[in-house]
Amino acid sequence: MNRPKPGRILPSEITPEAVHQDRRRLLATLGYAGVGLALGGATAARAARTGPVPTVTRNAKFVARETPNSWDDITSYNNFYEFGLDKADPKENAQDFRTQPWAVEIAGECDAPGKLTLEDILKPHALEERIYRFRCVEAWSMVVPWMGFSLADLLTRFKPNSRAKYVEFTTLLDPRQMPGQRRAVLEWPYVEGLRIDEAMHPLSFVAVGLYGRWLPNQNGAPLRLVLPWKYGFKGIKSIVRIRFTERQPRNSWNIAAPDEYGFYANVNPAVDHPRWSQAKERRLGGSLFTARVDTLPFNGYGEEVASLYRGMDLRKYF
Amino acid sequence: MKRLAFCGALVPLLWLIAAAFGIAGLSLGPNPSRELLHFTGKTALNLLWIGLLASPLRILTGDPAWIRPRRIVGLFAFGYALLHFVIYAALELGLDFSDLAREIVKRPFIVVGTLALLLLVPLAATSTDRMMRRLGRRWQSLHRLVYPATVLVVWHFWWQVKKDVTEPLLYATALALLLGFRWWRAQARRDPHASNTQRGT
Ligand code: HEM
Repeated sequence: MNRPKPGRILPSEITPEAVHQDRRRLLATLGYAGVGLALGGATAARAARTGPVPTVTRNAKFVARETPNSWDDITSYNNFYEFGLDKADPKENAQDFRTQPWAVEIAGECDAPGKLTLEDILKPHALEERIYRFRCVEAWSMVVPWMGFSLADLLTRFKPNSRAKYVEFTTLLDPRQMPGQRRAVLEWPYVEGLRIDEAMHPLSFVAVGLYGRWLPNQNGAPLRLVLPWKYGFKGIKSIVRIRFTERQPRNSWNIAAPDEYGFYANVNPAVDHPRWSQAKERRLGGSLFTARVDTLPFNGYGEEVASLYRGMDLRKYF
Repeated sequence: MKRLAFCGALVPLLWLIAAAFGIAGLSLGPNPSRELLHFTGKTALNLLWIGLLASPLRILTGDPAWIRPRRIVGLFAFGYALLHFVIYAALELGLDFSDLAREIVKRPFIVVGTLALLLLVPLAATSTDRMMRRLGRRWQSLHRLVYPATVLVVWHFWWQVKKDVTEPLLYATALALLLGFRWWRAQARRDPHASNTQRGT
C-alpha cells in the first residue's frame, strides 16, 4: 500500500489499508459496478490534497466490465522513465516529487493561451470516475478506476483556432526532482501528441486521481492523459504544457525508436512490436498460472474510435 | 569450496520459491511470471560469468582450488537457464507450442537465446566425472563452448532491453575482460620468449 510521507498528506486523510481491503472484498463479491459510486464519494473526502474536496460521480458510460486492478498493482508497477527504468522505480523515486504549486502553459494555435495553475485547470470541471482498460505496449494490461474529466472539455476552454490540427503535450523537465532525466535514455522532456479529433474524442480523459484519491506521483501526478484505445506510452504524465499545432508533433518513443513505436500507437493485436507479439496480453494481478488474454483491436474501444481511422492503413500508421 | 558454491548457487532458487509462495513477505509483484523470467535469466548469466572467473583466479593466485567449484557453478547456470526457458514456454506462453515456435523463429533475441541454451546442453550432459574421464583432453576443448554460449547470452540480454543498454553493457565489458584474459594468455604461451609458460585454460 502506498502511504505518502507524513506531512504531505495528513494520515487521517488516507484510506486505511483495512478499509481498502474491505472495499476490495466488497468489489469482488458484488462486482465492481454496484459500488463504484459509493467508492468514489467516500474516498475522495479523505484524499484531498489541494483546495476543496472534489465530489466524484461515476460516469456510467465508461465503465469497463472487468474488475479493476488493486491499488497496489496500479501504483507499484509503472513505466515512468523520469523516475527510473524498472517497474518498481517510480513508486520508490517519486515520493518526494513536488506537484504543488503546479502550472500548465497553454500555447500555439488557440485564442486563449496563457499559464494556468492546477487549481485554475481543475476549477470548472466536475470530476468523474471512469473505469478503463489500460494496455501497455509491453503486452501487459490492467483495469483502472481513474478520476478526472474529459480532455475535450479542457481543450475547448482555450478556443483552438482553425489551424489547430494537432495537440502537443509536454512533461515537466526537472532533473533535480526526476532522477531518470539525468541520463539520456529518452530525449527529455517527454513529449506526446494527438490529432485534434483524437484529443476531442469523448474517450480522451485527463486523470487527476484514481480509486477516488488524488493521483499518486508514480502514476503521473498531478495530471496526465488517459487514452484507453492507445498504448500506455501515449498517456503522457505530469503535464506542464499543452500546445495546439498545425503540424504533427513529435512523440518521445517514436523519436527514440521510429521502427518500434509510431505516432498513433493504437492498440492492435494484428501489428506486432518487432520484438514481441501484441496478439495477447498479461493482465496484471493474476497468479503464476493465469493465462494471457487476447488483445482486442483498439483495446476493445473499436466501436467508439475505429471511425477516426477510416481509410488509414493501420500497419503503416502503427 | 565446492559445498560453498553449491549452497551459494542454491540461494536464488530458494528466493524464487519463497517469493512464488509469498514466504517471508517476499513477492513476485503484479507480473509474477515476467519477474521469474527475468530473475532466472539474470541468475543463469551471473553464474556463467562467475564460472568463467575460476581459471583466471587460479592463474593469478596460483591456487588450483579455484577450479574445483567451477563445474557445479556451470551446472547451476544451465539449470537456471533451463528454468528460464521453461518459465517462458509454460508460464509466459501457457504452453502454446505454435506461439513458442513462432516466437523462436521470429524474434532475433529469442533465436540467440535458444542457440545459447543449445550450446549449454552438451556441457551440462558431460559434466559428470565419468564423462570427464572418458573425454580426456577433448573435454577441455568441448567445454570451451561456454565462451560462445556466454557471448550469445549477453547478446540476447542486449537485444531484449527496451531502451537502456547500460546493464548489458556492463556484462559485455566483464565478459570481454574474462575472454580477453584468455586470449592474452594464449598469445603469451605461443610466444617462445614469454617467460610465463604455465599451462592454463
Ligand atoms: C530458448 C531459450 C531462451 C528464451 C526463449 C529466452 C527468452 C527470454 C525472454 C522472453 C526474455 C525477456 C524479454 C523481455 O522482458 O521483453 C529474456 C530475458 C533474458 N534472458 Fe532469456 N531466453 C532464452 C535463453 C536464455 C539463456 C540461455 C540465458 C542465460 C544463460 C538467458 C538470459 C536472459 C537474461 C539475462 C535476460 C534479461 C533479464 C533481465 O532483463 O532482467 N536467456 N529471455
